[in-house]
Parts: sequence; structure tokens; C-alpha cells
Amino acid sequence: MSVLVLAENPKGNFKKPAFEAVHYGHLTAKALGTECIALVLGSADNPAQLGEYGASKVIHLTEGFDAYDSRRYLAAVTQVAQQIGANVVVLNHSSTGKSLLGGLAVKLNAGAVSGVNSIPNTDSGFSVNKNVFAGKAIAEVSINTDVKVLTLMGNSIPPEQVGSAVEVESLQIELPEAKTTVTGQNTVAGVVPLPEAELVVSAGRGMKGPENWGIIEDLANVLGATTACSRPVADTGWRPHHEHVGQTGVAIRPNLYIAAGISGAIQHLAGVNSSKTIVVINKDPEAPFFKAADYGVCADLFDVVPALTEAIKSFKASN
Amino acid sequence: MNLLVCVTKTPETTSKISFTGNSFNTEGISYIMNPYDEWYALVRALELKEQHSGTVTVINVGPAENDVVIRKALAIGADDAVRVDTTPTSAKEVAHHVFNYAKDKAYDIVFCGKETIDYNGAEVGGMLAALMDVPYLSFASKLDHDGTVATVERDIEGGVEVATVNGPFVLSASKGLAEQRIPNMRGIMMAKRKPLEVVAAQDVSADVATTGYSLPAAKAGVKMIDAENMTELVRLLHEEAKVI
Repeated sequence: MSVLVLAENPKGNFKKPAFEAVHYGHLTAKALGTECIALVLGSADNPAQLGEYGASKVIHLTEGFDAYDSRRYLAAVTQVAQQIGANVVVLNHSSTGKSLLGGLAVKLNAGAVSGVNSIPNTDSGFSVNKNVFAGKAIAEVSINTDVKVLTLMGNSIPPEQVGSAVEVESLQIELPEAKTTVTGQNTVAGVVPLPEAELVVSAGRGMKGPENWGIIEDLANVLGATTACSRPVADTGWRPHHEHVGQTGVAIRPNLYIAAGISGAIQHLAGVNSSKTIVVINKDPEAPFFKAADYGVCADLFDVVPALTEAIKSFKASN
Repeated sequence: MNLLVCVTKTPETTSKISFTGNSFNTEGISYIMNPYDEWYALVRALELKEQHSGTVTVINVGPAENDVVIRKALAIGADDAVRVDTTPTSAKEVAHHVFNYAKDKAYDIVFCGKETIDYNGAEVGGMLAALMDVPYLSFASKLDHDGTVATVERDIEGGVEVATVNGPFVLSASKGLAEQRIPNMRGIMMAKRKPLEVVAAQDVSADVATTGYSLPAAKAGVKMIDAENMTELVRLLHEEAKVI
């Protein structure tokens, strides 16, 4: 019996999602009275550090994971889970985690729940909470199988340092031949991806055109935030579609979501209403977004956004 | 090219979501085809068929009332349709029912939407790929196929990853894979005569169950800040909300 956590290491580095998943695995293991074991696939910088977030051991498989191949990754996690007798497998609610979830459910005869945002309730059985309808509601889901597979929604359970570096081992597994070949990646460098971002600055049609986005980027830069946009903005090609948040885009739950020039259609709110704090900047006092906001500024965003940027600059300078 | 597209039915995106106990209140809810299935998966499958010839079959796991959604897929251009006659409560059931139908039919690509917009599971595609033992190309926002090799752009955190694949695979469609098509009158008329096969469901049990629903805590109410006083907003974000 154990909890297995796949600790993601994009480009060889562990970031917040890996620490969140390991710490979640640690809390789950504690609830079940067992241990949390982290699994690392491919070259990685200092896997032993995962012990700091609660892993009691790290299994590191170095060969054969330089490029993502769904069948190889699936085979690796499956075989490790079987060898260590894992009864819970924790993944991030990320492109990799979501891609593996269904396959693991099949291979391990496991019940699967995606986008979990609570520590499992193990009082009677095993149940977790997840957002449904892109955050318009929360469902409590119980899993009835011996083995459970979960993807953990980002920014749900803050990672905490609870231990120190641990031993790193390897395991013998057999990988199938890769059937896919990764030929390239095109990602924005140096930006925290939206699902992981704690601070998000988002803008909508009120921006009037893509040439005006400089003030949004300035505000995001001074905050260290990630930029996002509403659906019409992505649809008209003003911004790349991976920035689109909402019911048919990315659902996020940052600590701070600043929305400028977004009216707040129900589909947009669905993707962002789990944010801890929402600031809405809109010149229309009737904008429905104000009802979902914590702080509102009813004025022209072309005045407010640069003023806010300056105010944050002075705040940062004096702190 | 022999293509299968999984389609499902979801509440329309503007629906007011409410629950009584652990059941979703369906009164006044209008249903649509899941947008990722309709706008992206189905349309890209049709485009590949137009390019390489072949057939596009749509499959739905659900009760007879889902025929509306299936007829719409036929009106948009699918050649024929299958409905597995059962009311599933989990992704596992859906995946097994689709697999049971598809396993001996040699589909080149099985398409799904990247997730449903109601339960946001994103599970069926990965389950199907594992059951069929084929690669799973998830969150595809671009797909080209030269008849032998497919080139797929998958959405990953902050961008895309490009991969090539030989042989059959399962793909989940995200935004950008295709442009929405509106069915025309001719399509709607033809859809009525296209074959819709109803097959009986085999025994598959659910292994997860939703035991309750709740709504997110309501916001305390918005605090309006004077546009001339952004220093005050920054102070509140720091001292009250503690987010910066």
C-alpha cells in the first residue's frame, strides 16, 4: 500500500506543480496511514528534493522519456504503480497528467477523477471534490475501486515543506516501442503557464485592438503575472488561443485575477470564478462581472491600467 | 480514411446550474452537442474525409433523446451514426461502450473532444486509447494527415508540442483544430435519411459515483475603488486580500 505521485519535470526542472502533487500525495498518504513515493521520468535536476514536500522515496527512471510518447509514459507509470502496490496515483491536472489519467484507469482497473481540489475524505470510503461546469459547481465524487487515480487541480492545495531530501532509486521496467515522434515544441519562454499562475492579468474586447495590449503586458510584468484573455479576443486572433480562459478555454484558480475590459459573460465567469480575489476594471457600471468581483474600478481601462501599474511599481519599490 | 467521432450532449453554456440533493436540475436546460466534439473533432474529421475520401461515423453513448444531437452531427456531414443505448454515469462506461463497438472496425483515427463542458473529465479519450492500445494524441489544436503519417500539434502548458504518428490513434480535439460548421437545409434534410444504428449496451459497471453537489461560496460583494486612487487598491490587495 502506498501513494504514487508523478512529479513532472518539464525541461528537467521541478516547478510548483510537482511540489503541489507530492505534497498532496503526502497528505493523502497520511490520511491513509501509508507512505508517499514520487516517480520522476526522464532527466531531472535533483529529484531527492521531492522529499522536502513529503515523499519518503523517489523512483527515478532516466532512460526513454526525453520526448512524450503516451504509450511509454503510460507503461512506465502503470508498471511502477503495480510494482510498489500503489493504491492511489496522483497526477497534475496538466497536459501530461490529463493525458495519462484515462489510460491509467484502464491499466490499473482504477476509478479516476480529474481536476480534484480537496484532500481525499477517507472517513468512510474514499471521496474527493472537483469543480464541474468549469467551476459553476463542485461535485463530491466517491471512488469504489481498490486503486484510485486523480489529477490535482493547480493552486488548490498549497505545497508545504515538511521534510528533507530523500533517497533516489531506480526500478526495472519494460517499455514498449514509441509510436509517436516529437518533432518540436513551441512554448512561450519565461512565462508561468496559466494553469499554474498565481497572478493573472486578463483583458477583453474593451481593449479595442491587439495593438493596445502593451498596457496589459506592462501591468503583468510589474506584478510577475501571466496574461490571459476572453474568448472573443482569442477568436479574432488578437491574442493566442492558449491565453483564452473561460468555459471553453482554460479554467484557472489564481490568487489574483485582474480583468480589464471584460464584461463577464457567464461562460467567462465559469472559468475564473474559483480565483481567490477578482479585480474588475470596466467603464460600464452594468457589466455583470462586477457582481462576481471583490474589487471593482468603474472607469476607462486606458486610464486605470497604467495608473495601477504605476501604483504597484511604487508599492514594490517601497517594500 | 475510416474515421470515428465520439459525440456527447451537454447543457448549453449559458445554463443556470442548480442541484437538488445530488441530482442536476434539468428543468429549463437546453442541450447542445459538446462544443469540442462538434466544432473541432467532427469538423476536422469531415475535412480529412474530403481530402482523402472515406467515411465519418459518429458514435454516442446515451438514451434515445440524444438522437437530436446525433442528427445534428449527420446534418453537419457525418455519413452514418451509432448510438449505444444506455445512460452512462461515468467516463469508464462511455469508453468501454465505444471500444466494444469500435474494436473490430479498424478505424484510422478515433476523435473525441478534449473534455465535456459539463463534467470536465477529459478521461474518455485516454481510456479508449489504452483499451485499443494505440497512441493518444491529446488536446490537438492542429492535425495534418498525408494518408500515411499524421502531424499533430498538442496544446501543452504555454504553447504547443508537435508530434508525428504512423498508424491508428485516438485524438482529443481542442480549440483551433477546425472552424465550426453550421448545418445547411440540404444537410438537415439528408440527415433524416442517413443511417442511425442503435446497438444494445453490454454490461459495464461504473466505479465512481457523484455523491453530492454544492455551489461555490458567494462573493461578499464588490468593493468599488475610486479610479483616481489606485494606491488604495494596491493597499487592499496587499493588506486585506493578501495576494500581492
